[in-house]
Amino acid sequence: MVVKVYGKAQAVCPQRVMHCLMEKGVPFELVHVDIDTMEHKRPEFLQKQPFGQVPYIVDGDLELFESRAIVRYLAAKYADRGPNLLGRTPEERAKVEQWLDVEAINYNPWAFPIVFNLLVLPIRGLPANEAEAGAAVDKLNKVLEVYEKQLSKTKYLAGDEFTLADLTHIPATRYIVENCGLSHLLDDKKHVKAWWEDITARPAWKKLSSFVETGGSNYSP
Amino acid sequence: MGSVKVFGPAMSTAVSRVMACLLEKEMPFQLLPIHLPKAQHKSPDFLKLQPFGQVPAFQDGDGTTLFESRAICRYICDQFAGQGNRSLLGPEGGGAADRARVDQWVEAEAHSFNPPSSALVFQLVFAPSMRLKQDPAAIRENEAKLRKVLGVYERRLAESRFLAGNEFSLADLATDKAELLTSRKNVARWWEDISARPSWKKVLDMRGAPPA
Repeated sequence: MVVKVYGKAQAVCPQRVMHCLMEKGVPFELVHVDIDTMEHKRPEFLQKQPFGQVPYIVDGDLELFESRAIVRYLAAKYADRGPNLLGRTPEERAKVEQWLDVEAINYNPWAFPIVFNLLVLPIRGLPANEAEAGAAVDKLNKVLEVYEKQLSKTKYLAGDEFTLADLTHIPATRYIVENCGLSHLLDDKKHVKAWWEDITARPAWKKLSSFVETGGSNYSP
Repeated sequence: MGSVKVFGPAMSTAVSRVMACLLEKEMPFQLLPIHLPKAQHKSPDFLKLQPFGQVPAFQDGDGTTLFESRAICRYICDQFAGQGNRSLLGPEGGGAADRARVDQWVEAEAHSFNPPSSALVFQLVFAPSMRLKQDPAAIRENEAKLRKVLGVYERRLAESRFLAGNEFSLADLATDKAELLTSRKNVARWWEDISARPSWKKVLDMRGAPPA
């Protein structure tokens, strides 16, 4: 039985999960959840994801939500396939966990209002909160200055290998750089820019981008 | 081998999370207070430990330094797997699926519970004591968000003793500020259970102790 990912392809959090599945070469089916008609807030959906958010996955008997919990699960379950995404020792894993949480706690709270106000609301024809987006851009820039220092010491956030800590950043940052006119946030940071170019050149990320663009629903390696 | 060190004020929920975890794991540690009003968390020395200038920071006995309280807790659970509470990340001897069932609630706490509850604690508890002006719009907005999340918790805790299952886990650890939580039956039951744990009582003792 193939892993099922429930979500909308264009949404950041399902992309995080699908990218991870592609890095590991694990087949999956994307089951579309119609966010635009509030499917994710209806009782049947809330039975599976009580916070009314996407994605959740079904893998055999296991139902799981929260994309960062899901990618940790996939990286552990498929540790023997594809790139090592979780480090090889407890100390390496700890660094991966540290930077995974930096993305969740320090990066995402600014990335989300930028994408929401500058991309999602305009697409829906709704007014954006420019002040909120502007404040978030300033905060994100400060966070990226810390990333610049870290990435001048290590090739990737948690060390010298690509891990989940880098992966979780990609979907939202792509929208920020490509769709919100904010590539300058990276341009003046030499190491962040090099890191960004490297991680978005990964074959699995390119595969995911094309999957989303072409309206894919089934993936096999 | 040096001692385990936690850097930060005991009043901080994030610092308390790490301390509660170490206490659950029966790991001795030293708390090195960081004085936030004096901006000690922005000093060059502290920024070497935590480049974002946030508390806590953590140093293992062998010199490994870490930040982000939940990452620190996961490391403590993995590094000291054999001692103290062995089911903070899922049942002992469990696999990736068992750990994931805990992880999803740790993430839910981090993304859905913590932001509105921290904002409310700041507005209702810290702002008055720091003589800062409260923001009524922020209070309304975060109360509404927290109400929704506590609704989810209430339904979850009707079917499960703790958030991730029938054992206390990292997802329940260091849920702070009871005054926000006691209005719903199952949430109140859960709060009474988790705050009666010896590890949490010890954290509260450490908060009450005069500064070093």
